[in-house]
Amino acid sequence: MPKKKILTTFAEAINQAMITEAKLDPTIIFIAQGLTDPTGVFGTLKNLEKNIPKNRLIEMPTSENGALGIAIGAAISGMKPIVSFHRMEFALLALEQIINNAAKTSFLSEGKLKVPLVIRLIIGRGWGQGANHSQSLETIFSHIPGLKVIAPTFPGDAKGMFLSAIRDNNPVIVIEHRWCHYLKDNIIPSNYSEPLIGAKIVKKGNHFTVLCVSYMVIEALIAAKYLEEIGIFIEIIDLRVLRPLKLDKVFKSINKTKHLMTVDLGWTLFGVGSEILAQVFCRDAIHLKKPPIRIGMADKPTPSSRGSIKSHYPSSEKIIIEIGKSLNIDLLKIKKVLKLLKKNSSPIDVPNNSFKGPF
Amino acid sequence: MEKNISMNNLKKLFFSMYRIRLVEEEIAKRYSEQEMRCPVHLSIGQESTAVGVSYCLKKSDKVYSSHRSHAHYLAKNGNLKSMISEIYGKSTGCIGGRGGSMHLSDLSVNFMASIPIIGSSIPLAVGNALSEKIKKKKNISVSFFGDAAIEEGILHECMNFASIKNLKVLFVCENNQYSIFTHLNERQPKKRNIEKIASAHSIASKTIDASDVTQIVNGTQEALKYIKKNSAPFFLVLDTYRWKEHCGPMNDDHLNYRDKSENDKWIKKKCAIKSLDNILIKKSKYWPSEKIKIEKQIKKEIIIAFNFALKSKLPSSKDSWRHVYA
Ligand SMILES: Cc1ncc(C[n+]2csc(CCOP(=O)(O)OP(=O)(O)O)c2C)c(N)n1
Ligand SMILES: [Mg+2]
Repeated sequence: MPKKKILTTFAEAINQAMITEAKLDPTIIFIAQGLTDPTGVFGTLKNLEKNIPKNRLIEMPTSENGALGIAIGAAISGMKPIVSFHRMEFALLALEQIINNAAKTSFLSEGKLKVPLVIRLIIGRGWGQGANHSQSLETIFSHIPGLKVIAPTFPGDAKGMFLSAIRDNNPVIVIEHRWCHYLKDNIIPSNYSEPLIGAKIVKKGNHFTVLCVSYMVIEALIAAKYLEEIGIFIEIIDLRVLRPLKLDKVFKSINKTKHLMTVDLGWTLFGVGSEILAQVFCRDAIHLKKPPIRIGMADKPTPSSRGSIKSHYPSSEKIIIEIGKSLNIDLLKIKKVLKLLKKNSSPIDVPNNSFKGPF
Repeated sequence: MEKNISMNNLKKLFFSMYRIRLVEEEIAKRYSEQEMRCPVHLSIGQESTAVGVSYCLKKSDKVYSSHRSHAHYLAKNGNLKSMISEIYGKSTGCIGGRGGSMHLSDLSVNFMASIPIIGSSIPLAVGNALSEKIKKKKNISVSFFGDAAIEEGILHECMNFASIKNLKVLFVCENNQYSIFTHLNERQPKKRNIEKIASAHSIASKTIDASDVTQIVNGTQEALKYIKKNSAPFFLVLDTYRWKEHCGPMNDDHLNYRDKSENDKWIKKKCAIKSLDNILIKKSKYWPSEKIKIEKQIKKEIIIAFNFALKSKLPSSKDSWRHVYA
């Protein structure tokens, strides 16, 4: 019998997934800096101390490469470590271990050794965080055979996919956009796992396929609302899994709409969109009516000032403008909805109006 | 301790520390106005480290810093208006608002860069020293970092390199015992003396209690003498304490991650500004009235700087397209 759904944030959802699973599986260990902090990695590690024995909570010194390698070593010998990084950039120090060891151990042992490891990478955004605290580097990891890379957007997916990630026998990189942490949804409190297999249609539509990564789904949903007012119905696909990349739903959708836009979190050059478009092009029998559109973060480091951050991130506004152009929609109509959109949006550098800093 | 520092210079040290304190307090006070829209790591309580070290430096000596860089920047004679404007994200900031509080840099005073990734700027300072050596220059390269950087491999790689290549690097570890909420004892061996890490790399070192700025001055002067004489690096450990929360304008003592007695000790008994104030009071009966004048002067400067920042323009969205490449 399905249980009653409960309103849960993304952060709470993964917290629940980790705690319930770790209570059942004594091989799960947690590794992070400030693991038992009052704030516990933006609330995602809340109540760990109350629920999990101390010997499985491992405070990580500021030694990312060593700690990640140690997690791999522990995973090889029977543990299931969950390593959390407050920012994706801090994991850059651990790239060597992730790429040379986590991703190669199964291969180099002819499958005799495995690395059941979850690596949580949080992408920062807003409040002037600037060049070193707000990069979207998911494609670096998605490039590497031997890794799995997931980027859930909504609480329900986050919980289900997180459980699958923990149960997986491979290293799984979980990309968490900091602004997704705040998203709320009604989800089932019990543990259900969502297989790590591909995209999900978030909103149906016939006019345009819009394929998004992580938080960009939210931008597309906002754009969809305004586009509907002028009779354009877009189909939004949440990519969810970057590796292994399965695109059947995408192909099916563009067969229907004959229009495609990809929305990257990060830079477009060699980005997720590049790969999707390459695969679309390489597949036969797909005829788009117009050249596909590829948007993403502006091709420069992220500035801190809210002044220069305008148009740095791909936005609902940009999605509306580009789709309008592609479909030859009357410019006046587009301008009208953009005006409405502007009226209803919160400041450019905060996830919601209640955010007051400092981090 | 203060014997070999003239009265005039003691006053300069006081001025410099007190100015940083008042600037940081003003940032804390105004932060809730939501106009400084970037994370801020305040240096309140740690002013003496930056001031004591920089007091001994020449303008041509180059400084690299971390996420907690306001004091380092001001002590190296960075421009106050430029710093406040940078924190406000304005085009008049020291790097035009593109960096915010965590990326202060001002080449006109050889304050090279602040990098908010732990340990990340240490090799830049060492690389600077390598370049100075090849160019046969006498300048010193200074690397400021916190106690958490000790845990990063890169510090040890850099110490090893600086040691074998005889580089003129002054490593300055500001040990405030915490990395965010986590005490040193949970991150590093309790019985290990940080200085010993330096000696293991054949680097000379000294640990100084930062509650006395004059000791830092003397220690740094000794260190610089050593560096120049031996063409070799030196490692300073400065024991200090952060008064406010790790990031942001508030006190966070209600979270109880730090001992109340420890807190009291540093704030009530070991404030470097108050200690120097006491010395000056003993030395001169005119000091209290001079101090009032100094305070007025600083406060005036601060108001001017904040007004300047508030009135300055935000950079345009086009601005950040500049300089992606040299
Ligand atoms: C490589 C890396 N890991 C983690 C962080 C997150 N972080 C930011 S400040 C900080 C604490 C640093 O402590 P310390 O070096 O002692 O400096 P303090 O804040 O005490 O001045 C941490 C862990 C980071 N910025 N970079
Ligand atoms: Mg510290």
